[in-house]
Amino acid sequence: MSIFEYNGSALVAMVGKNCFAIASDRRLGVQLQTIATDFQRIYRIHDKLFIGLSGLATDAQTLYQRLVFRHKLYQLREERDMKPETFASLVSAILYEKRFGPYFCQPVIAGLGEEDKPFICTMDSIGAKELAKDFVVAGTASESLYGACEAMFKPDMEAEELFETISQALLSSVDRDCLSGWGGHVYVVTPTEVKERILKGRMD
Amino acid sequence: MSKAAIEVPPKGGFSFDLCRRNEMLVKKGLNAPSFLKTGTTIVGLVFQDGVILGADTRATEGPIVADKNCEKIHYIAPNIYCCGAGTAADTEAVTDMVSSQLTLHRHHTGRESRVVTALTLLKSHLFSYQGYVSAALVLGGVDFTGPHLHTIYPHGSTDTLPFATMGSGSLAAMAVFESKYREGLTRDEGVQLVAEAISSGIFNDLGSGSNVDICVLTKGHKEYLRNHLQPNPRTYISEKGYSFSKKTEVLLTKITPLRDSVHIIEGGDEMEE
Repeated sequence: MSIFEYNGSALVAMVGKNCFAIASDRRLGVQLQTIATDFQRIYRIHDKLFIGLSGLATDAQTLYQRLVFRHKLYQLREERDMKPETFASLVSAILYEKRFGPYFCQPVIAGLGEEDKPFICTMDSIGAKELAKDFVVAGTASESLYGACEAMFKPDMEAEELFETISQALLSSVDRDCLSGWGGHVYVVTPTEVKERILKGRMD
Repeated sequence: MSKAAIEVPPKGGFSFDLCRRNEMLVKKGLNAPSFLKTGTTIVGLVFQDGVILGADTRATEGPIVADKNCEKIHYIAPNIYCCGAGTAADTEAVTDMVSSQLTLHRHHTGRESRVVTALTLLKSHLFSYQGYVSAALVLGGVDFTGPHLHTIYPHGSTDTLPFATMGSGSLAAMAVFESKYREGLTRDEGVQLVAEAISSGIFNDLGSGSNVDICVLTKGHKEYLRNHLQPNPRTYISEKGYSFSKKTEVLLTKITPLRDSVHIIEGGDEMEE
């Protein structure tokens, strides 16, 4: 059994027209037993930057705490928020530092950069960045998510259509994965607002 | 105060804190994850005016294609580029590190970087990690001593060659080079030959795929042809797309309006003394 299958997770981020959406499942398990059905995997770094962490839950929480710490230091020194590209390089460096004893975590970073241009990226557990212009996926359901997103994604979707697409892709993929599910948590971010929605899914 | 309580950003290099815990997890039957690899076909050749580097654009995670259009030709210096095969994080980190070191070196010496400098920095780093940093590189560039092309293996050995291929598709690409390479190629012939070699890797090797990236380096000039050839376009897109008539069931919605940015007024009132 792989270390990534210990807790189970599903994460996806998609780019729309001047907006982005990031979604995760809500199950936390210990191998085949479900422990929680409201586990938060997507964290807010600042208003226009979100990071989702899949993989081993303990490493995800530790990594999140370290990143928030580094971002707060950055805010104190620079008196502004970090750009998503810079943040992605920071996460990559922190993960590569542990190249021979890694955090078992695959982050998905999504943010609005300069002039509110959406930015998404994912990394493997040692920090190899993968920038994409359409969608990125991570977690135990990643193979199904690749398929669902390839089929359902269209470029330049507005916020409502993007929400519908990402929700359908997430729910259909986690239905085919035993280790993730129990609903979805979707954030759709546009330059003027952040809409956080909780989805009803299969509870099995 | 114990050192463990203070979380200070470290000075650089690898940290081995989690190794013991990870070994314990492996013993309990939880295997380590696979890393993002660039299965790859990377090539380089020397032509009459300089060096041409080529690479495919597929990144794999086990048997799945994680990235259909990644960049494998990394910048080292304005006159030096490097293609990387192996573990993606290692090739990116090692080329970024050497690129930074060369920038500092250029400021220190006031001269254009030499290809052999990059070569020595890369090989000594890889050798000191005894092959554990899994990066196989094709380094090429033009400096004042002329055009140079080198291959660097993960354990730190290097070769200097007129044409070179690395990666899982290297045999397919080398077959093309061995039959068609000759000295004194022109730029167009060189680009054509590199494109053919990479295409051979893309079509015959399962670890390589998608598009062909090419970088032409000549004295004082570089041309990065990103996606020079796209022999694998996506032809199965449904024009209608998906429309979801039955909406997703939402349990809870929370809307947070984002604050407007602060506007600075020029020539505002001065403060009273």
